[in-house]
Amino acid sequence: MRTDRYSIVSLLRETVRGHTGWKPAWRDAAPAARYDVIIVGGGGHGLATAFYLASRYGIRNVAVVEKGWIGGGNVGRNTTIVRSNYLLPGNVPFYEQSMKLWEGLEQDINYNAMVSQRGVLNLFHSDAQRNAYVRRGNAMRLHGVDAELLDAGTVRRKLPFLNFDDARFPILGGLLQPRGGTVRHDAVAWGYARAADRLGVDIIQNCEVTGFLTEGGRVTGVETTRGPIGAGKVGLACAGNSSRVASMAGLRLPIESHVLQAFVSEGLKPFIDCVVTFGAGHFYISQSDKGGLVFGGDIDGYNSYAQRGNMPVIEDVCEGGMALMPRIGRVRLLRHWGGLMDMSMDGSPIIDRTPRDGLYLNAGWCYGGFKATPASGLCFAHLLARDEPHAVATAYRLDRFARGAVIDEKGMGAQPNLH
Amino acid sequence: MRITCPCCGERGLDEFSYRGDATLSRPAGDPPLPGAGAEAWAEYVYLRDNPSGPHRELWYHGAGCRSWLVVTRNTRTHEILDTERAVNVVRATRKDAEA
Repeated sequence: MRTDRYSIVSLLRETVRGHTGWKPAWRDAAPAARYDVIIVGGGGHGLATAFYLASRYGIRNVAVVEKGWIGGGNVGRNTTIVRSNYLLPGNVPFYEQSMKLWEGLEQDINYNAMVSQRGVLNLFHSDAQRNAYVRRGNAMRLHGVDAELLDAGTVRRKLPFLNFDDARFPILGGLLQPRGGTVRHDAVAWGYARAADRLGVDIIQNCEVTGFLTEGGRVTGVETTRGPIGAGKVGLACAGNSSRVASMAGLRLPIESHVLQAFVSEGLKPFIDCVVTFGAGHFYISQSDKGGLVFGGDIDGYNSYAQRGNMPVIEDVCEGGMALMPRIGRVRLLRHWGGLMDMSMDGSPIIDRTPRDGLYLNAGWCYGGFKATPASGLCFAHLLARDEPHAVATAYRLDRFARGAVIDEKGMGAQPNLH
Repeated sequence: MRITCPCCGERGLDEFSYRGDATLSRPAGDPPLPGAGAEAWAEYVYLRDNPSGPHRELWYHGAGCRSWLVVTRNTRTHEILDTERAVNVVRATRKDAEA
């Protein structure tokens, strides 16, 4: 008998059987001739879109086409942080929707994604920064998001090993979002893929889109390395490759692809029990359940499709780490890697129709795509199913740049011009 | 990744700042009128080719000769294909336009 649903019962049954009954989590589907919806890109966002299309909008004749393999892109390359500590009205409801979906994710997809709401703590180092964080915390609370302002003493009790009395960047306190935390990123990809597959979605790996089928200007399918596939609607969720794929449909996007590096140290005994970010530079760190320190910083800052970065940013990230917690100075680096960031010009995403009929776009996630995965999937599914934006994603329009309605949460996109 | 500056020779990346796509040109008009041709302005400010492969881009050698450079670099491999001083590129373009 096939062990379909993961539960304590199936686990016990398989334990008795010597784990011989587990089946692949999803079928290795071959492309059919036609689908109602094709999602280009089998990353977290594409798989989530397919799952919500099938589970919430009843559209099950869906294919996800992926040029590589599931879990091989950014969904397995990020630093696993989830949070909804945003400031601007266009962003807060969207990321809070995402946080709520994270909280119910494991029940929704019947998969252990190790959602750990261990808290996200943003430290501040000056009076001005404290004021900015008070404002952000208040904006969050007005939107029903949890936020707590911690003074230096409270932070010191929580994380006594931080460099509190640094001459240049003393730690004066922090803004804590207790519901933020980390999620096992690979499990998110596998869980969404498995759940979508069980609802009838075809997940087609090693199938690269090489062009679009069109009929009288309308996109009616995709050309792929495994043959043409027809579709009622085509949704792009290609992250760093968005510009490349969109150019096949004759579109230029307000996006530059950049490289962001991330790092994991050797395994250590648990000592960091939340996500901590350094306010005086760009450095964020958490400790995985295996004990490795997972950390990162800025993008390298030049266009790149290479999925690897360079030394100056590695040095910069490590300097940030040493300024924040000097005790990690002798820890050895285990792995480091780079991923492609679809940097939009205002730092906020796009979930919208395109000027081409039948073609829909989900892109521009910059270096914050992972935390948005569930809401991005839900909102893109809503757009594909209903042809109108989801209530929490109305601001993420493609034409907002031309209209001057940019959402500049951090005041920077691909090119911050801060040097 | 190291960039060979035409003035200073091969130098480390941390001496340079990046300024993005070198093929963009400001909308015509001298001086360009804000509001005139809003679409052209939006395109210039926000839209990019963002190619995967050779990319002509501007770098500033701030910790060296302080020249602006036009670097041709493969964005898939980070291989630097060509480096020239931006001022020479501009002069060549003007000469072409006059000829």
